[in-house]
Amino acid sequence: MKKINIFEKVGAFAENKDIGRDIRIKEILPALKKGEEVVLDFKNVETATQSFVHSLISDVLRTHKDNALDRMAFKSCNDTVKKMIGIVVDYMQDAMDTNQS
Amino acid sequence: MKIHLPNSAFLGNIDSFLRGFDPSSPDTLEITSNQSWISIHPVVLSMVAALGLTVRPEQIRFQKPEARSAHYLVRMKLFDRLQIPCDISIQEHAPEGRFIPITQIRSSDELTTFITEMIPLLHKEPEQAKTIGYIVSELVRNVLEHADTEIGAVLCAQYYKKTNRICIGIADTGLGIKTTIARSHAANTDLDAIRLALWPGITGTTSKPGGTEQNAGAGLFFIKAIADVNRDFFAIYSGSGFYKLLKKKSERLRLNADPFEDRHSKSTQFPYWKGTVVGVDITLDQTREFSILLDAIRRAYWDLKMKKMEHKKPRFL
Repeated sequence: MKKINIFEKVGAFAENKDIGRDIRIKEILPALKKGEEVVLDFKNVETATQSFVHSLISDVLRTHKDNALDRMAFKSCNDTVKKMIGIVVDYMQDAMDTNQS
Repeated sequence: MKIHLPNSAFLGNIDSFLRGFDPSSPDTLEITSNQSWISIHPVVLSMVAALGLTVRPEQIRFQKPEARSAHYLVRMKLFDRLQIPCDISIQEHAPEGRFIPITQIRSSDELTTFITEMIPLLHKEPEQAKTIGYIVSELVRNVLEHADTEIGAVLCAQYYKKTNRICIGIADTGLGIKTTIARSHAANTDLDAIRLALWPGITGTTSKPGGTEQNAGAGLFFIKAIADVNRDFFAIYSGSGFYKLLKKKSERLRLNADPFEDRHSKSTQFPYWKGTVVGVDITLDQTREFSILLDAIRRAYWDLKMKKMEHKKPRFL
């Protein structure tokens, strides 16, 4: 299992989407490709912008489709971060449905 | 170019200030001001500084402001940013908790540093600091990613104790919204482009639903939603187009995807601003919890869905 500590990379205010992209490209996608499960640990992260969450996971959802959510989990998220992740996951799945139809 | 700092220009009455801007002769900048009193929203200062950064300092003519309130321009570092001399002397006070002087941000790392250092300085409640940091981050990232300008984003902010309100202004002199949006969507006018840019899920980087891996086209919608939910002003000006979200009268939390369905004013005939300007007010007394705002945003996305089907949920441990 690949555990990624988000606070260590971006601090309490997760807004730097360049770092989000780097985490996605260098850590999440390679781990999923190897068949590992990924846990994104948001402990001590107080806020995450939509842009940050989008850069972190949208392409993972697009690449691995529904399977991504079976193999990727979000740990220790506060209410704000949970809701932001929920919004991004929801609109991405909606977009993927639209693209398929 | 000519720009006049009026007696009063806040988001509620900013239209006449903007209409007075003269964008001709872009190699020179002439700044005049009301000689009795100057009381202006930070977005006005951000605009003047952004314009000043496009011309050589020796091409800037700043009629000496005589108003007593002109010391505010010094305190906000306008003359420093324009790199022109100023003989108005002031007693410097630390800005903590009251204002953020005019700041130029040109890179992602500069933005992160600015946010890390700025938010604690504002001495606001955690929920309010979240909202302010969120707005600054998303607006400046928009400039860094889409405006294609070396000058970057110019911003400043002011806290008004009497009304317990924070006003934020961000300006750039880059491509403007129409050029960026038109890469992927049809927009005949600057106002059409502004409307699309405020619509959730529309980005200039692709016409594909869901955006690209780096852009979802949601940033401006979120910022407008923050102002809307908190019943504050939000204004955006690009090219000849201008859109202003007016203060909502009811406390209804429902958000519209189409900005034209909100209570607003708009124009297609403002003097041409090469780039984009955004002004936002946040009244801290009425700042809703960020998580309540996110619930409203989620409902707005749900309303937009073609197929009202439930999706798989993220797993939270």
